[in-house]
Amino acid sequence: MIEKERHVLIILPHPDDEAFGISGSIAAYRNMGVPVTYACLTLGEMGRNLGEPPVATRETLPEIRKAELIKSCEAMGLEDLRMLGFRDKTLEFEDDEEMVKLVEDLIEDTNPSLVISFYPRYSVHPDHEATARAVVSAIRRMKEDERPKLYAVAFANNTEAELGMPDVIHDVQDTIENKLNSLRAHISQTVWMMKETEDKLAQNDPEIKKWLRYERFYAYKWDMDFK
Amino acid sequence: MEIVNTKHVQEVITSFANKDVYIHLETTNGSYATHFNENFLNAGAFMRNIVLNFELGKIVGDSPHRVGLKLPAGWVYAQGITHYEVDDLGRLLLAGLDHEGKLAVALHISETPFT
Repeated sequence: MIEKERHVLIILPHPDDEAFGISGSIAAYRNMGVPVTYACLTLGEMGRNLGEPPVATRETLPEIRKAELIKSCEAMGLEDLRMLGFRDKTLEFEDDEEMVKLVEDLIEDTNPSLVISFYPRYSVHPDHEATARAVVSAIRRMKEDERPKLYAVAFANNTEAELGMPDVIHDVQDTIENKLNSLRAHISQTVWMMKETEDKLAQNDPEIKKWLRYERFYAYKWDMDFK
Repeated sequence: MEIVNTKHVQEVITSFANKDVYIHLETTNGSYATHFNENFLNAGAFMRNIVLNFELGKIVGDSPHRVGLKLPAGWVYAQGITHYEVDDLGRLLLAGLDHEGKLAVALHISETPFT
């Protein structure tokens, strides 16, 4: 059951970060008429995948990924996409306070009841971690009764050992086609993975169907705050 | 990008010699290398829009190739180069793509800044 929200604010560093584990939920919110804002911090300029066969170069990759991101948003029915112009793999080297300010401004502008981002210390990529730290820091500074909910994606190898099982699980069966189209939109990055996924779907593989159907989040544990 | 044609790449490298040029140099294992193998030391380096002037540039070896730039008081080199392109802005884009097509190394040379 996906709760209805006033406004959902998604903050992620890379085009395609939304596709794997959030896109079904985004499409579900849009179907409920909930406004969703997606702030995407970089254009994934440093991605190693240049397509198969290689359709991009290091220099053309950002434009290709930007077009893919727009297509993914269309697949999810998301209209408020904000591309913030940072460079891939540099977020942790930005001024930390400016990153927090950026999140504060987004929250002030959109007044979300729910923010979705990564979980600090459990999200593997340095850009995910930098984004997560900024998001948590900005929300921590708010009065407790004014804070939006924070659902965070965590997938580090030690996640379940330390955080337990995800406590927010969205069944996105009704928007699975939107989710697949979001994943397909990011074809330069997902071509290998989507080939395997579509093969398994064609064979009715239960594991892949489950992986697609359930989106797993942790409600941020303020009593075990990372800082 | 195409598989490196050493004769063509050598000509283009030489055309940039003794000029101020912008360099992009990068090595990477991807940000998930240690996630997939906890014993892996994920090391890499990145420089973009560094201006330099080299006096001699060479591509050597069978694929994967090595490319070295000799500066008046220093060196730049990249190894593992497999693919290249001279793009529509006349920039030389050299890349090393692994067996899955993933980029492992890049060396770009341009007379104008990279955006």
